[in-house]
Amino acid sequence: MTLLIGSVVFWALAWMLNVRLANARFARIRLGQIAVPMLFGLTILVVWEGVVRGLQVPAVILPPPSAIAAKIATSLPILWADVVQTFFKGAVAGYLIGCGAAFVVAILIDRSPFLQRGLLPVGNFVAALPIVGVAPILVMWFGFDWHSKAAVVVIMVFFPVLVNMVAGLAATERMQRDLMATYSASYWQTLLKLRLPAALPFLFNGLKIASTLALIGAIVAEFFGSPIVGMGFRISTEVGRLGLDMVWAEIAVAALAGSAFYGLIVLVEKRMTFWHPSQRG
Amino acid sequence: MSRALPVLTVLGLLLVVWYSASVLMNAQWVYDQAERAGQTVTFAEVIPQTMAQERPLLPPPHQVAAELWKGIAGQKVTSKRSLVYHGFVTLQATMFGFALGIVAGVALAVSIVYSRAMDMSVMPWAIISQTIPVVALAPMIIVLSDRIGIDGKMIPKAIIASYLSFFPVLVSMVKGLRSPDSMQLDLLRTYGATGAQNFWKLRLPASLPYFFAALKVAIAAALVGAIVGELPSGATEGLGARMLVGSQFGRPLDMWAALFAAAILAGLLIVLVGGVERALRRRMGVPA
Repeated sequence: MTLLIGSVVFWALAWMLNVRLANARFARIRLGQIAVPMLFGLTILVVWEGVVRGLQVPAVILPPPSAIAAKIATSLPILWADVVQTFFKGAVAGYLIGCGAAFVVAILIDRSPFLQRGLLPVGNFVAALPIVGVAPILVMWFGFDWHSKAAVVVIMVFFPVLVNMVAGLAATERMQRDLMATYSASYWQTLLKLRLPAALPFLFNGLKIASTLALIGAIVAEFFGSPIVGMGFRISTEVGRLGLDMVWAEIAVAALAGSAFYGLIVLVEKRMTFWHPSQRG
Repeated sequence: MSRALPVLTVLGLLLVVWYSASVLMNAQWVYDQAERAGQTVTFAEVIPQTMAQERPLLPPPHQVAAELWKGIAGQKVTSKRSLVYHGFVTLQATMFGFALGIVAGVALAVSIVYSRAMDMSVMPWAIISQTIPVVALAPMIIVLSDRIGIDGKMIPKAIIASYLSFFPVLVSMVKGLRSPDSMQLDLLRTYGATGAQNFWKLRLPASLPYFFAALKVAIAAALVGAIVGELPSGATEGLGARMLVGSQFGRPLDMWAALFAAAILAGLLIVLVGGVERALRRRMGVPA
């Protein structure tokens, strides 16, 4: 009971502190912008721990964060093997192939306005479809190992990137293209020096959407059959054995991998599109 | 009209690619059969045989269409083999999760716009929450709600659907509620408008275009969530369950029919949201 009350008191105090911090001048410097969300995250963990221990919630329903952390610490080799199988082999390989293919196809269809007008509505429609549904079909075609997972990821990331890239290639203004024409720039010079840089903000938008889709695709595909390693496999078997601390450990690792992947793309975006208004200021 | 021809051309191209791919992929089976029977077949004989297999690697479009038609119109709507029935099960969870996602997204957006502390503490975590592959949570949500004693298979599916659909609503609503510029806000201040009037008469109407743009994304995401929620739960009803059963029992035609039923459902839902948006905009006096 004390734990329960303690966690509620902690939450109230931390929230008051957060409100004070957010409205103070501290919130405007970089440290404050990190400290406030960090404090919020910490509060959630403390309340979670306090409520689970205070109400004595059984571990098969919701394990406390400390137990999950302990599980992560003791099963690092298993977690690492799962990450390699699902994330590096399945998701990243499929992501690179899918985004690369979308990039090339976008440049190809950009040369034909007719194809472009036809493909954009179709691509937009397909991008909104529940594409995860192709997972069972691709598992049937490519077998249980990571190749089928990569194939699912390829299809999932292809259309969002394609649609964004095509929009990006159309983002240059008439005036800019005319200027390149007065320089008597060739098609490739115009593409490399004007249109590709102008398309980058759109491309990165697509790449960011695709990065979260990639991990989802790789994990879903494992529900339809996988070797005895992989995050999706581990989650579904551990749920069956009611080893919920392991499930949460996998989720934490998946969150970490997903955030790191996303963060990496944002970093590259900052380096490559430093000139864009959204990156300045 | 100027868009119809290119779109039809692209669709026609896709059909051609599909047919040739299914000939190529299914041909192997025909050759194997012929070899086992000790016969040789010419390529011209192979083609018709690739078009009507029981378990094709890649069914040609007309086979999928026939299976889809059989599933939708071939039986009573209440039959367990009717895709309409399974689609309805999925649709229920989708709409429930969609509604939940809208409510959560709008409520969070309002509190973020009005409280700086909420903005600074919740917004980063909301973004991080989307990099967590929600499907990793799906099996656990299902077991959890079962343990807690929530009846029925719809609630866990709806939770997953709402988790996927709340984020686009949240992001767009924050943007939309902040979209009135200082001139408009100043005007309302000169009228002596209260905070509530400010919200109902300026911020909320101003956010509607953003809201509907988000809804189109959110409803597609909710459908994905509902389908994914059916996969690990051992569900026997719903489009996701049809795909899973088709995969486990080696019935590719079932899988393809369920996949296309899901695609049609997604298309209908997006069109529906678009229709509601147009009707509402006309009522608000926005020129179409």
